[in-house]
Amino acid sequence: MSQSYNRGLIEDFSRWREFEAGMWAWIFHKFTGWVLIGYLFTHIAVLSTAIPASGAETAVLQAGNDVYTQTIVSLEGLLLVRVLEVGLLAVAVFHMLNGARLLLVDLGVGLESQDKSFYASLILTGAITVASVPTFIAGAF
Amino acid sequence: MAQRYSSFDKGGRMWLLQRVTAAFLLVVLAFHFFLLHFVHHADEVSFLMSAGRMETMSYYSLMVLFLLTATFHGVNGVYNALVNQGLTGTKRTVIKWTLVAASVVLVVQGIRTANAWAGIPLY
Repeated sequence: MSQSYNRGLIEDFSRWREFEAGMWAWIFHKFTGWVLIGYLFTHIAVLSTAIPASGAETAVLQAGNDVYTQTIVSLEGLLLVRVLEVGLLAVAVFHMLNGARLLLVDLGVGLESQDKSFYASLILTGAITVASVPTFIAGAF
Repeated sequence: MAQRYSSFDKGGRMWLLQRVTAAFLLVVLAFHFFLLHFVHHADEVSFLMSAGRMETMSYYSLMVLFLLTATFHGVNGVYNALVNQGLTGTKRTVIKWTLVAASVVLVVQGIRTANAWAGIPLY
């Protein structure tokens, strides 16, 4: 049987003061996971406008006047959406890098340097996010 | 009495599946971001371009597999997080089946959308 440990609630006031790297990795992984599954539902809902759009005339589709193209183009035209997309990228990249780290830890790789690999995922997330800003913001102004 | 000799109990299988889907999603999510933000740009999206990609069988099947694995990984992750926070008893059963229902809705809606692009008349 698996053992369960009482870690206490992260919501307990000021408990974060005693956290170490591993606890932050756990919290960030959980937070980014919630954001990503929330986004997945929203993403499919927005993409679903392709269902009514598929019934449009070819000329309407070629002109980009269908409900799907119009929905995406108007959303992408909003600066707020572009900024949120950069946030989404940061969240996804951290979840992926930290997740890759967790997979390696599960395989017994890098057990002695878990703190370092967590900091490396944070730094790499920051670097990839900053480097992606021009691409994500292009055309928004 | 029948004995189970396998070390993989039900929880163990879900644990493994969470990690197998993680490894798959690492690659496919990176590909998805790269293709739809760096190769193609967000402000160039159109129904016909999305349809053009989805009409390719390999892309369609990759995206359906992406949807299935992402839904499993995300919803199972939420369930695990709630169980970690102390979810038990009837509440746990109710939330489990609510999450299963939400997953089914998400997958069905996602496949309907992919079919609409691919020109498969099942949507």
